[in-house]
Amino acid sequence: MTPIRAAFLPLTDAAVLIAAREQGFAAEQGIALELVRTESWATLRDRLVYGQVQAAQMLAPLAVAVSLGLGGAATPLATPFRLNVNGNALVMRPDFAAALDPDPAARLADPLATAHDFAAAIGLYRRKPQIGIVHRFSSHALMLRYWLASAGIDPDRDVSLRVLPPSLMLEAMRSGEIDGFTAGDPWPAAAIAEGLAEAVVLGARIWRRGVEKVLACRADWLAGNAAVADRLLLALSHAAAWCDAPENRAELAEMLARPDHVGMPAELIAASLNGQFVPRAGAAPLPADDFLLFHREAANFPWRSQALWIWSQLVRWGQADRSAEAEAAAGAVFRPDVYRRALAGSGAVMPGASAKLEGAVATPTGVGAHGGALLLGPDGFFDGRVFDPDAIDAYLAGFAK
Amino acid sequence: MRIVIIDDTGARASVLEDGLHEAGYDDIHVVQPSGAFVSRIERLVPDVVLMDLGSPSRDTLEEMLLVSRALAKPIAMFVDQSDDQMTAAAIDAGISAYVVDGLRKERVKPILDLAVGRFTAFARMQAELAEARTQLADRKVIDRAKAILMQQRGLNEQDAYTLLRTSAMNANKRMAEVAEALITASSLLGKGQP
Repeated sequence: MTPIRAAFLPLTDAAVLIAAREQGFAAEQGIALELVRTESWATLRDRLVYGQVQAAQMLAPLAVAVSLGLGGAATPLATPFRLNVNGNALVMRPDFAAALDPDPAARLADPLATAHDFAAAIGLYRRKPQIGIVHRFSSHALMLRYWLASAGIDPDRDVSLRVLPPSLMLEAMRSGEIDGFTAGDPWPAAAIAEGLAEAVVLGARIWRRGVEKVLACRADWLAGNAAVADRLLLALSHAAAWCDAPENRAELAEMLARPDHVGMPAELIAASLNGQFVPRAGAAPLPADDFLLFHREAANFPWRSQALWIWSQLVRWGQADRSAEAEAAAGAVFRPDVYRRALAGSGAVMPGASAKLEGAVATPTGVGAHGGALLLGPDGFFDGRVFDPDAIDAYLAGFAK
Repeated sequence: MRIVIIDDTGARASVLEDGLHEAGYDDIHVVQPSGAFVSRIERLVPDVVLMDLGSPSRDTLEEMLLVSRALAKPIAMFVDQSDDQMTAAAIDAGISAYVVDGLRKERVKPILDLAVGRFTAFARMQAELAEARTQLADRKVIDRAKAILMQQRGLNEQDAYTLLRTSAMNANKRMAEVAEALITASSLLGKGQP
């Protein structure tokens, strides 16, 4: 057995790592997987960078930021596997949400209109809305910025973004420190269940097949431990398929609920696993079948184009300086080559390309793939824009900011 | 040199604070990582910030260090990331250190050394305390089981103890576990509690 330590945060989308251990998929591949529960992304990053763990569940933009040395020393990380697609939501205090479309289903169904309502509500609100984000380099923060800006809201001027770990969001809502937050499940669901907040927009409605948590390793570790890494990816791929299977969801919810994992009630966790989202305390759940994907539609394949989308947004918001070298380095964080190597012959469906136009699939589409048919679900951004990884300048020029 | 310790337990912070005082640092402030702690730190303008590695508030602090105008950009974390040994020791001890002013490594290293030593000693003390508590609890359970055996089986204290120990050895269990099982069984059977 090869020992591997992997760090995670208490979130529903740690499911694949947790299932890999608890359902024996890691052991099957000769890996003694030890999970290290961590309370902040900074600690998770340090444990990975300084070699206390060999793998981690990481925010995709944080993997890019650490590799580029944004906000600290640069350590090249490698992302050979996506742990899930989507899974977060923006929730706001009920009085703020009421100033948007009062019908939560209508709010969620039309993100563009809701963004404009949000812009109007800022003007009427008693103060600049304080919105909790889990990290500046998080998918949710980038999607939130993208969504706010679509209605002319400057996320650096018109709202106040406050960084808090997911597990402290509820307390910050209770004490009135923040007016809302965006985080991965089950934390939005928990805030809604307690009546502290209502759903305003789901990550999956901003970008229907976005990028969320990834498996990250140090690039030098991955290079020096190729055989072990391949076995780990195989274990994770089996675990991801298990997590996605409807018949396993109840067991998965119970497994995640345990105090050493997420430590929240199984009912709260089960809703989004079952493709449902309760938008307001006591309301009937709304269907949200693509709220969180673990495996289907090549959910685990690390598209280079998504690392570059992240890079484009870091440049857009002035968090990274534009340079060809940095762009190449950002794109190189995602490692479809390792994914292909590790899962070759495993039956996993392989996309024919390693990058794609992001946001260009309007209806479920079969694409070129090895090892079987690959059906990609609609991946659109809510504003209809398409990201071409070969034309980042033109893409950025299309935004007012 | 102004040092801020961020800690929510109090005990660990005061252990560290005492050590720093003894080492001749006298400008030390302890801040709880809750509410508007970021603005309190900002007002203090520290040179070095020491924080529990496991604190959920680390992301909040790092964000502040990135955007704050009052504080310079953090020049280093764990003093100097090129010093691998020091970094590893700090992480093992559970400390994250932020140097928020352009302090030279030589000036910060003794502080971090001291913090590592104190944090490690504190963790050891906590572990010993926990173990002592367990031992105490174990002894109470064993005494009760012994009393039951003496009462029910008419054994003397030494024989009751030997019986418990032999049963534990045969079952490959801790004595306290066997004792606990005995107490439970005895109360289920409604036999007199000692």
